[in-house]
Amino acid sequence: MLRIPCPWCGERDEIEFRYRGDASCRRPADGAALEDFISYAYERVNPFGWHCEWWLHIGGCGQLLKIVRHTMTHEIRFVGAPGDEPPPGGESP
Amino acid sequence: MRGPGRIGRGLLTDPDRPIAFRFDGRRMRGLAGDTLASALLANGRRLIGRSFKYHRPRGIVTAGPEEPCALVDVIGAAGREPNCLATMLALEEGLTAESQNRWPSLALDALALNGALSRFLPAGFYYKTFMAPEWGWERLYEPLIRRAAGLGRLEPQVSAHAAPAETVHDHADVLIVGAGAAGLAAACRLGASGLAVILAEQDVTLGGGALLDPRWSPWRERARGLLARLPNLRSLPHTTVLDAYSQGVFAALEKLSSQEARRFGGLRERLRIVRVERVLLATGAIERLIAFPRNDVPGVMLAGAALGYLRRYGVAVGRRPVFFLNSDEGYEAAFALHEAGVPCAGVIDARASSLAADRARTLGIEVETGAVVQTVHGRAAVRAVTVVDRDGRRRRLEADCLLVSGGYSPATSLASQAGAALHWDPAIAAFTPDLPVTVGRVAGAARGVFGLAAAARDGEREAAAILEDLGHGAALAQSASSATVAATALAGLEPPEDRAATGIDAIWEVKGRGPAFVDLQNDVTAADVRLAHREGYEHVEHMKRYTTHGMGTDQGRIGGLVGSAILAQARGVPLAEVGQSKPRPYTQPVPLAALAGGEVREHYRPKRRLPLHACHEAAGASFVATGLWLRPLVYSRENGWEAVLKEARAVRESVGITDVSSLGKIDVQGADAARFLDFIYANRFSTLPVGRARYGIMLREDGMLFDDGTTSRLGLQHFLVTTTTANAGAVLEHLEFHRQSVCAGLDVRLTDVSDQWAQLAVAGPRSRELIGSIVSELDLSNGAFPFMAAAPARIAGIAGRVFRISFSGELAYELAVPASEARKAWSALLEAGRPFGLVPYGLDALNTLRIEKGHVTGAELNGNTTADDLGFGRMLKSEGEFIGRALARRPGLAAPDRLQLVGLHPLDRTRRLRNGAHLVAAEAPESSLGYVTSSSPSVTREGWVGLALLAGGRSRIGQQLLLTSPIHGERLEVQITSPVSFDPENHRVRA
Repeated sequence: MLRIPCPWCGERDEIEFRYRGDASCRRPADGAALEDFISYAYERVNPFGWHCEWWLHIGGCGQLLKIVRHTMTHEIRFVGAPGDEPPPGGESP
Repeated sequence: MRGPGRIGRGLLTDPDRPIAFRFDGRRMRGLAGDTLASALLANGRRLIGRSFKYHRPRGIVTAGPEEPCALVDVIGAAGREPNCLATMLALEEGLTAESQNRWPSLALDALALNGALSRFLPAGFYYKTFMAPEWGWERLYEPLIRRAAGLGRLEPQVSAHAAPAETVHDHADVLIVGAGAAGLAAACRLGASGLAVILAEQDVTLGGGALLDPRWSPWRERARGLLARLPNLRSLPHTTVLDAYSQGVFAALEKLSSQEARRFGGLRERLRIVRVERVLLATGAIERLIAFPRNDVPGVMLAGAALGYLRRYGVAVGRRPVFFLNSDEGYEAAFALHEAGVPCAGVIDARASSLAADRARTLGIEVETGAVVQTVHGRAAVRAVTVVDRDGRRRRLEADCLLVSGGYSPATSLASQAGAALHWDPAIAAFTPDLPVTVGRVAGAARGVFGLAAAARDGEREAAAILEDLGHGAALAQSASSATVAATALAGLEPPEDRAATGIDAIWEVKGRGPAFVDLQNDVTAADVRLAHREGYEHVEHMKRYTTHGMGTDQGRIGGLVGSAILAQARGVPLAEVGQSKPRPYTQPVPLAALAGGEVREHYRPKRRLPLHACHEAAGASFVATGLWLRPLVYSRENGWEAVLKEARAVRESVGITDVSSLGKIDVQGADAARFLDFIYANRFSTLPVGRARYGIMLREDGMLFDDGTTSRLGLQHFLVTTTTANAGAVLEHLEFHRQSVCAGLDVRLTDVSDQWAQLAVAGPRSRELIGSIVSELDLSNGAFPFMAAAPARIAGIAGRVFRISFSGELAYELAVPASEARKAWSALLEAGRPFGLVPYGLDALNTLRIEKGHVTGAELNGNTTADDLGFGRMLKSEGEFIGRALARRPGLAAPDRLQLVGLHPLDRTRRLRNGAHLVAAEAPESSLGYVTSSSPSVTREGWVGLALLAGGRSRIGQQLLLTSPIHGERLEVQITSPVSFDPENHRVRA
């Protein structure tokens, strides 16, 4: 079980959140080509290491969080608002 | 004193409280404080069970949770509970236990023949032998093998065991696992710092190794007294930490004693979910086996276990023990038994010389160094051993038990699960864990620091390191007051120093004739490990799976490293390179009931009751669970369709009322609310006038239908979205996600108001007349308030909202009132409806009405359908972006042969339809063209009607097909129709 430090509520159990997928995927611009939408809907990298992802704190404040989590150790390196850019980094912890 | 083995007073046993129990039908007596194992040994009992595969006689090997052999059935009022560890089972008055895996009796086991055949039953034997015929494994061999093998028999006793367990959540700064010398010293240090500390110990009492050395009693008692006075520290004895999860989450299982169980209404186990900043693992070390021929005869035990039985329970495991050792630690039992007056038949020390051997000799114990035990004599009990000295000379040594110690391995299961890397430490011939400091630290024997005094010092040091890690180091130095509590309590009492010791000389195996076991529970021998290597299973994890070494309930703890060592030797590489197989969660077997906790039967998941639940009950409703909701199914206790059709007929002919409060309701406000909804929905909402509602469909980004519902515009910047009951949560998440990510720039806010509003549908040709009598501040005439109108109004004096929307296909209104006022509105409506014959109708009637009207629900919005499949293709906006726009236009999603929504009814009006039955063509009855999604008896016509998803369905309207349900043995002819079989022109909803 993950413990996620919500910037608004404090550290909370994973059960309060809903995982909403890879936060590095950006929705293509309106009217973009079909291929771009296919990539957006289906194509994902499956990294061993740091992963930028969306977590919606639906059981708490309702805020969407951008989180950088290590897929092996579950270490959370960054938590921010949807518009925030995580600081660079990417070495395995 | 009870029984021939009880030679003194134990630390835990009370000689004044005898306890009667039964083992395999025989009455025996033990003492309060005994475990079943110690009581059996006190009674001189050796043979406890038969082994898993070869049905060899087996006895007690250890004194703790790592026990591989002494598994018993406990027979209680609730039934038979298998695989209970005799070494951990507290003796209670009237306890009835039976040995396992024997037939017809323990002494005379028919399947012991397997043992004689063991050289023909090596690892992998089953896979290789029972191959032909093809059906043979499943029907013949496996059932036979399963009957012969296996451990205890599980009886279905869910009802009896399921209730008494609970789940508790604990929070602290530091969790200390293990309360031996290291754990206690660490607890004193951390406890004195003022941090919140939990100290979990699997034993019934705190002390660990410090319980086994009388010199340590004063220190141990002082430490325990200090901890008891610390309000910020909680000691949890009888609590096993089962697993480590990420971010400082741990699972622990607390077993309640029978006295506690009585106090807590029969509760037997408590699952604790512990959340901490750091963990300190002081889990100690586990003594290991040596693989020599016939090392499984009852009476062959670990030396440390013999010490434990003596100190803890006053029980000597034999009258004439012989020891087989390779480290100084193993001698402790020899010294203790010697001091207790049990004459030692001899100590066989594999090393050339050692300090402990010298000391033993000065005490008058006969020690033979540089020798090994070659084999064991005796069938169901040890009679003698054969010793081989350095020059190969053999001699026979008479003895009634053989106490073995192959050295100690740090108990690393939990550390491994917490992410520790293991490193080979040649000084102790074992792997030690290296835990990331962000998780915690390891102290004492658990990281290879042996000796009680050394472990205590290490515990204190690692505790101080954790304080530094947590940033409390400096603060602690200043708050001297609390620190001195620990200091004065323990400093005045220097622990006894450890004796100087000679290091271990690793010995893993003594080769010879006869099976040398590395895993006593799964009957895996050294020869099996070598066989695995010969057949190509070189990796330790492959060897484990091929031989089943370490796959028993004990995870092969006492022999795990021995197996690795034999594999290393076979491969010709150092043991450090082979490693040991990764321990699996949980560290100890856990009853499923303990994991389920209170979430069983009706508490399996929460129930959501409608605001009007009590009113529905009073009106005679039977309820059905849809998701978490309990909704009225029909207002009758009788089975059958008649009651349902009566309710549905009232709606078609006069007026009915039903509760639709479980629909999801999301309040959408803001300057960009309309733009946001245009993006969310496939159809357009920005053009919706204030005071009107519109049916909308949402797609997923992949273009499939997600949800439907009506959305009303209550103001220029104010909408109310309704969702299906099933998708209420998912739609809210979908909207919130897109609002905050893709639509982050829009001025729009969402509020879930599902629970704030109760909503009642009043449907039927006389609904306007009825609600006209209680709705005020609203002109309900057809001109002023037409179909799909929405407006605020007073309902029975309550400020609410009226929507003219219809799911039933009749003139209908939905009345929304604050949930707290729902009863008032309900009563007023029932009262006002009396002259109209108003009837409450349930989910079944609602379903019947919507099926003949062709409205879809979750059965059709099943995640595999597109808007076009359900006939909504023309609702998709041609201008503007929305979720799913691009991918919904993929050619495959508009293929003419996709499953499309149609209606159907049987040609023979006396036949019924079944959901899930398949539509086939008469000429190709084996290939499905589609299936029935919803069906019901019709209200307005004779017989059944249904909805189906049919390949190229719209082009097949008017055709006749076969409907087949092979599992019911049914096949009938059906007419394919339009989905809307009732009032297709919508005259009635607009009336």
